Amino acid sequence: MSSNRIQQRMDALKASNRKALIPYIVAGDPTPDVTVPAMHAMVTAGADIIELGMPFSDPFADGPVNQRGAERAIAGGMTLRGVLDAVSEFRQTDQETPIVLMGYLNPLIAMGEVAFCDACQDSGVDGLLIVDMPPEEEGSLVEAAKKRGLDLIYLAAPTTTDERLKTIGQATSGYLYYVSLKGITGSSKLDTTEVASRIEHMRQHVSVPICVGFGIRTAEDAAAISSTADGSIVGTVLVSQVEALINDPAKIPDALQSILKPMREAMDAKA
Amino acid sequence: MALTEQELRTLDYEPDAGGHFGDYGGRYVSETLMAALSELDQNYQKLKNDPDFQREFDADLASFVGRPSPLYHAERWSKAIGGAQIYFKREDLNHTGAHKVNNTIGQALLAKYSGKPRVIAETGAGQHGVASATVAARLGLECVVYMGADDVERQSPNVYRMKLLGAKVVPVESGSRTLKDALNEAMRDWVTNVDDTFYIIGTVAGPAPYPQLVRDFNAVVGREVKWQSKELFGQYPDALVACVGGGSNAIGLFYPFLKDTEVAIYGVEAAGRGLSTNEHAAPLCSGRPGVLHGAKTYLMDNSDGQIAHTHSVSAGLDYPGVGPEHAYLKDIGRANYVGATDDEALAAFHEVSQVEGIIPALETSHALAYTKKLAATMRPDQTVVCNMSGRGDKDIFTVAKMEGISLT
Repeated sequence: MSSNRIQQRMDALKASNRKALIPYIVAGDPTPDVTVPAMHAMVTAGADIIELGMPFSDPFADGPVNQRGAERAIAGGMTLRGVLDAVSEFRQTDQETPIVLMGYLNPLIAMGEVAFCDACQDSGVDGLLIVDMPPEEEGSLVEAAKKRGLDLIYLAAPTTTDERLKTIGQATSGYLYYVSLKGITGSSKLDTTEVASRIEHMRQHVSVPICVGFGIRTAEDAAAISSTADGSIVGTVLVSQVEALINDPAKIPDALQSILKPMREAMDAKA
Repeated sequence: MALTEQELRTLDYEPDAGGHFGDYGGRYVSETLMAALSELDQNYQKLKNDPDFQREFDADLASFVGRPSPLYHAERWSKAIGGAQIYFKREDLNHTGAHKVNNTIGQALLAKYSGKPRVIAETGAGQHGVASATVAARLGLECVVYMGADDVERQSPNVYRMKLLGAKVVPVESGSRTLKDALNEAMRDWVTNVDDTFYIIGTVAGPAPYPQLVRDFNAVVGREVKWQSKELFGQYPDALVACVGGGSNAIGLFYPFLKDTEVAIYGVEAAGRGLSTNEHAAPLCSGRPGVLHGAKTYLMDNSDGQIAHTHSVSAGLDYPGVGPEHAYLKDIGRANYVGATDDEALAAFHEVSQVEGIIPALETSHALAYTKKLAATMRPDQTVVCNMSGRGDKDIFTVAKMEGISLT
């Protein structure tokens, strides 16, 4: 079942002429017990897919906001096993919403890549986005993930050449994550016109849906991006909100909702 | 898996097209860095055989660094130990006081030939930062150096040197506030400013092609030792010893000797308060393979795969990973990796200062501590070359403080 959850969701969105809203939070930020309520709240606010960060001590492709989120999660006791347990708990009441785990390779190597993929399948994970594993470095993780029907989502960047885009387009499944800016998560510049023309170009090489992340902060950003992309990925602005509420974590689910709802409405109004 | 001596003599010791040394190395980075690394790789593969580039590099090593650095017979120390004859490869006599400048000159020239007006660097002890700031000043390049906030405190003289040279020093407050965090921050800068910026990485770690090109720029050390040893004692040394943090001074000495299997090779890691404690920085001695900072290599992490906080008395060795080529040399059995503790390094620091009139860097003192042990097991007609990778002027405040002496 799990193998088709992302594709089913993307197909359903396409059929209703809507675009995917994909929020990202760091699992366990700031404490493990916040994560599952926050996930449910984001679904209620209109999230189509959830990207859940597996905290890593040295997230060098992320900006300072997401790094602090990861540091809080680790300090709060979150482990890779804990991330998988959170997904299992979420699945007890939500069997529909696809979940993508996003993170770095070393914790997966520590658990064992095959054992990790088994655990993903058991807990109801649908896809993996491993930031520091480009297609060239495919190893036992890729094989194990494919065998268990887990989608592997790869990144493309403005600097990605057409030749690499073909490789990435063939490797990626579920969707392609287009990094809209040169830079790290949480960078401030976003040029929606440039993103639009780039997406048109990428569609020559990529058949799966293209979702765009990095730099989407407002409902207007989300709507503008999803007028050409198949989805908007929203991360840093949510992690910043979590950071603002670390002393009052009970308020986090509602606060995330109030960021995502206007995005959902703006995206649907545009559709 | 260990190879036979015959295999070790005939290996070419070059990475594959993807930058892999056996299972190690590679390019484990975000897509946002891929184009920059490919561009760097293409530029480097083209320039490394370019006569103009090589001529300029060699001329700078001669006139700006002062190469060749001497191979010095530490006679009194050899006699006091009573074993093998010990020779120091005097990288401490280089301009800026360490081997680091060999690499920064090479990379700054790459930046120049690639048309990048801005260079960035990460630094631990500050030696690489100073070496980067130095060549940036000479070539008229803008220079930003990232340094862990703890290291900024530990190494304040070097921070001031970098500022004198016109560089901007950015203290990094995230994570453990040491070298690995400075590296994270430098990578972030590079991803964001890749169009006009060249990242001068300070060691043989990081994604391909860095481990290869940093090695190649430092290999001048081993090449000189080859002819100097023939000239001084008629043959290659019986053993080479160098300290290993990221491992650039070590690979620079080792690389030209890899096929000469009659030469034993020892890399000395920082054993901190002891390898049986968690307070050390010795991934090859007691870590395991994983992925950090863009390469697969041995590293120190906890059971959950989070990178460990390391400890060493020397800031330059205080790093949880190691260059992937060292990981490979360990596995195939070409090099031996051992540890020296803080206390052993400090003892060697004092001993060599007093017996040979050379104050070594604390990083280098780890290599010296093992050299002493090794030489004691060898005959007086045998030879050990220890890479005197840096001088200890920068460390006198640290040592004085540890010994309760106030210098102000």
